[in-house]
Amino acid sequence: MLGYLFYILSGLTILTAILMIAARNPVHSVLYLIATFFMVSGQYLLMNAQFLFVVNIIVYAGAIMVLFLFVLMLLNLNKETEPQKSMKTKLAGVIAGGLLLITLLGALIKSNTNSENLPITDIGLVKNLGRVLFTDFVVPFEISSILFLSAMVGAILVGKRHNGETEVISE
Amino acid sequence: MSILLIIKIVIILIIFIITLVAAMYSTYMERKVAAGIQDRIGPDRAGPWGIFQPLADGGKMFFKEDFIPGKSEKWLFILAPGLAMFTACMTGAIIPWGGTLTLFGETFNLQIANIDIGILYIMGFVSIGVYGIMIGGWASNNKYSLYGAVRASSQMISYELAMGLAILAVVMTTGSLNLGDIVEAQKGGQWNVFYQPLAFLLFIVCAFAECNRAPFDMAECESELIGGYHTEYSSMKLGFFLFAEYINMFISSAVISVLFFGGYNFPFMHDLGLSANAITFIGVAVFFAKILFFIFFFMWVRWTLPRFRYDQLMQLGWKALIPLAIINLMVTGGWLMFKDDLWAMISKMF
Repeated sequence: MLGYLFYILSGLTILTAILMIAARNPVHSVLYLIATFFMVSGQYLLMNAQFLFVVNIIVYAGAIMVLFLFVLMLLNLNKETEPQKSMKTKLAGVIAGGLLLITLLGALIKSNTNSENLPITDIGLVKNLGRVLFTDFVVPFEISSILFLSAMVGAILVGKRHNGETEVISE
Repeated sequence: MSILLIIKIVIILIIFIITLVAAMYSTYMERKVAAGIQDRIGPDRAGPWGIFQPLADGGKMFFKEDFIPGKSEKWLFILAPGLAMFTACMTGAIIPWGGTLTLFGETFNLQIANIDIGILYIMGFVSIGVYGIMIGGWASNNKYSLYGAVRASSQMISYELAMGLAILAVVMTTGSLNLGDIVEAQKGGQWNVFYQPLAFLLFIVCAFAECNRAPFDMAECESELIGGYHTEYSSMKLGFFLFAEYINMFISSAVISVLFFGGYNFPFMHDLGLSANAITFIGVAVFFAKILFFIFFFMWVRWTLPRFRYDQLMQLGWKALIPLAIINLMVTGGWLMFKDDLWAMISKMF
């Protein structure tokens, strides 16, 4: 039963991911990406990683994608203003993406983890995950939180009004 | 099929119907409360005291012309109200509506799913609830709608943070994310509102903003944006958007009762000498009374306070609520960590 669910979810993930790349309209693209995040969250749920499931939805599908959509709606991109990439850039993109695909394939073909039959553990529950994060992995956890803090400070510094700039009341 | 499964399905159906009926009669209540505050009578034509008014409103909505603007994104335009309704209905799944009930030799919780992540599930659905508004506003291809959608999204993201931080303080005092555990921990009059008054205040302010209710109904503020994100909507699609708002209000009232006012607990519940089932039934009634009070509170505020200006809204969110929530969190953490030492010190002094 769960095995079938895994294949259905995987198929839908790949489908929505392809649709995201293929969509001409950037807003449609973002909506497909949101759908992809939901499918990936579903995979977390299949592995009994409840916390990861809900955090993926809150942070990625709920917050980051809302900001993406927000910016795209403000820019109001359409066919006329869509930036046209030259043939050279497109070719470079295809080659770079292809190389990444080959690397990933090479790495995954050798590994013989059967993702369908992973044992269901309780490590993904909030209590267990929290205990592991604050005991065994406390140093990486704290370091990554400092990284986030520095990113936040950096973002505020970039967005800050410089001396001499007039105040604009934004709606 | 096991009897437990049948009971679960029955509970799901009952909760779904209750949610819809409660939202339906909230519209009636809103009009009556508004009328009372403005010294009017309110709807009184359909049935005695106008109690069939919601049915008449619904019937009117269905028979209106369903209009889709020519240059809109047709499918997204249709999807948006459904999405708003879906996310609103899904949150009811983990609210503990009552204690345990023993029927046919089986004991079960009056809750659809008692999941470990509890309150985070609600946060998740709150955070994706904005997509209905955003997609609807964008797909309408109307500047006012887009403005409403953009306002709604930035408002929701801003207030989600303070809301999450306020909830975290409650989670810290209880030690669990599970809503059932949070309610059980408040047994015997130990309501969280007495321990976390600031968190309660922050949460209720954020709940107003997340529900897009006055004084924070920026997304549809009619004096600036005509109708905001639902300017182009008509018929039952508009009805769905309005209905979703009332469901959200019902669910937030339920969440406020669960987190801060003891949910289905009531004072002296185990001193009355009643059977467990009777206590559960009274508990459910008490829970709905609490919800009713908070729905009334939502309406009371709407018809009392004027709307905020948009920059004031953002200032309040980022410069007042979030710092207060962080201070509250730190004080709670410090208290939990040092309360034993503190007691020891005080008892040594005397």
